[in-house]
Amino acid sequence: MPTARIERFIAAGTVAAVLAAWWLLTATQVIPPTRFASPDEVWAALRQVALAGYADARLHQHILQSAKLVLMGFAVAVATGVPLGLAMGWSRRIEALLNPAFLLIRPIPPLAWIPLAIVWLGLGDAAKVLVIWFAAFVPSVINSYAGVRSLERHVIEAARMLGAGRWMMLHEVLIPGAMPFIFTGLRLSLQACWTTLVAGELIGAAAGLGRVLAQGALDLFPAMILVGMVFVALAGAAMTWALGLVEARVMPWRS
Amino acid sequence: MAQLRLLSAIGLAAFFGVWTLIALSGLVQPQFLPTPLAVAREFYRLLETPFAGYTLEQHLLSSLGRYGLGFALAVAIGVPLGLLMGWFRTLDAIVTPLFDALRFVAPIAWVPFAALWFGTGIGGPVLIIFTGALPPCLINAYRGAKFVEPRYIEAARMMGASHLRMVTEVLLPASVPSIVAGLRVSAGLGWQSLIGAELIVASSGIGYLMVKGQSNISTSIVMSGMIAIGIVGVAIDVCLRALQARIERHRQ
Repeated sequence: MPTARIERFIAAGTVAAVLAAWWLLTATQVIPPTRFASPDEVWAALRQVALAGYADARLHQHILQSAKLVLMGFAVAVATGVPLGLAMGWSRRIEALLNPAFLLIRPIPPLAWIPLAIVWLGLGDAAKVLVIWFAAFVPSVINSYAGVRSLERHVIEAARMLGAGRWMMLHEVLIPGAMPFIFTGLRLSLQACWTTLVAGELIGAAAGLGRVLAQGALDLFPAMILVGMVFVALAGAAMTWALGLVEARVMPWRS
Repeated sequence: MAQLRLLSAIGLAAFFGVWTLIALSGLVQPQFLPTPLAVAREFYRLLETPFAGYTLEQHLLSSLGRYGLGFALAVAIGVPLGLLMGWFRTLDAIVTPLFDALRFVAPIAWVPFAALWFGTGIGGPVLIIFTGALPPCLINAYRGAKFVEPRYIEAARMMGASHLRMVTEVLLPASVPSIVAGLRVSAGLGWQSLIGAELIVASSGIGYLMVKGQSNISTSIVMSGMIAIGIVGVAIDVCLRALQARIERHRQ
């Protein structure tokens, strides 16, 4: 279709125009270098952090540190949140027992747990994993719960009639049935994890992408801040993409 | 039913009971884990005695002021831009690649630039709320405009509607439900971003109160802040849900 090609052309043109405007505005110093960096400076900052290191570590070490914490918190949250959500969806009694306490803590945004985690555990990795765990826990619970509730009654009854035991019911009916919802929850969780981690690292950390941002802000180093932002975005996108691959493998019937 | 209600009561009692027991057992210092009652007392005290420069209400007011400004900016820019992108395909092709690239950056990652450009007063936090609240406003207005029934557009075109009237009198009214749904998401994200921003770049506000409580190692102040944040967050959502219900009733 020609219109689609024209639109792609316009999109490419826009990106080129923005890059050119960026170069022009910084080269002529219309935007002062203390406020925003030029393309050369960003390239130099990228080389500096990748090869020599910045904020006590090299770029790949910062990325690995951030990714490690996100994965740890995310894994713990999935391991605790999904079973809890499934249980609350399956049994009205468990739901009645746990839901009120859950409703009390649910409106508190993950970022608001950061000061509490710091009071309890300090500025190290443990505090961050705690906050990330919490950020991912709530969406995991809610979506697993909604997933079980979305199952049609007659599917469950049919399985029961055919003599499915508890284990089989869980393994063959509840989990596969709730899977699309569970993965929606995991995607939301993962995004919340990244935001929370970056906030936690901005407040205080020994290493990590948030530390690069924080140090860049302290040093009034716009180029390094930009490099940090780009890698926060790329790392988040890469993880979401990886989760998509897992999703395609776990639910081959969906695609 | 009565049994379920009893279970709920037991669940709540267990939550507060275990909390109180751990706090009273002496295993943890009260500085780190106060009893629920002590937190409630602290909350009440903060309403009257200033901490970190202001009382709790004043901190909340300053947070809400920034929040209102950032959210209003996101709505004022996101909704019209989304509608226009839904109508003018060229604009869509221009904005979409930039928007998609920027959307990947978590709002909180704007903190260093927010501080560098606007400082810690009102500008810095407002920028972060804006970046958090903008995407749902824009995306939902865009989707609303894209999914308007073609016969409305054709009818309006037959009657010779200009581009401006098409956007304001056809696309806008037809996308109101989608826009309001976007506002709800956006309000929640904006409130979260505000808290993140205030933890780092602010000199007043509820997030700032919590940071100060944290550096005084006062868990009860931090928890009071969390309670206030939770209450306001729920209140904002209740207001928008009421708006949504009202609009839906109006349309029927």
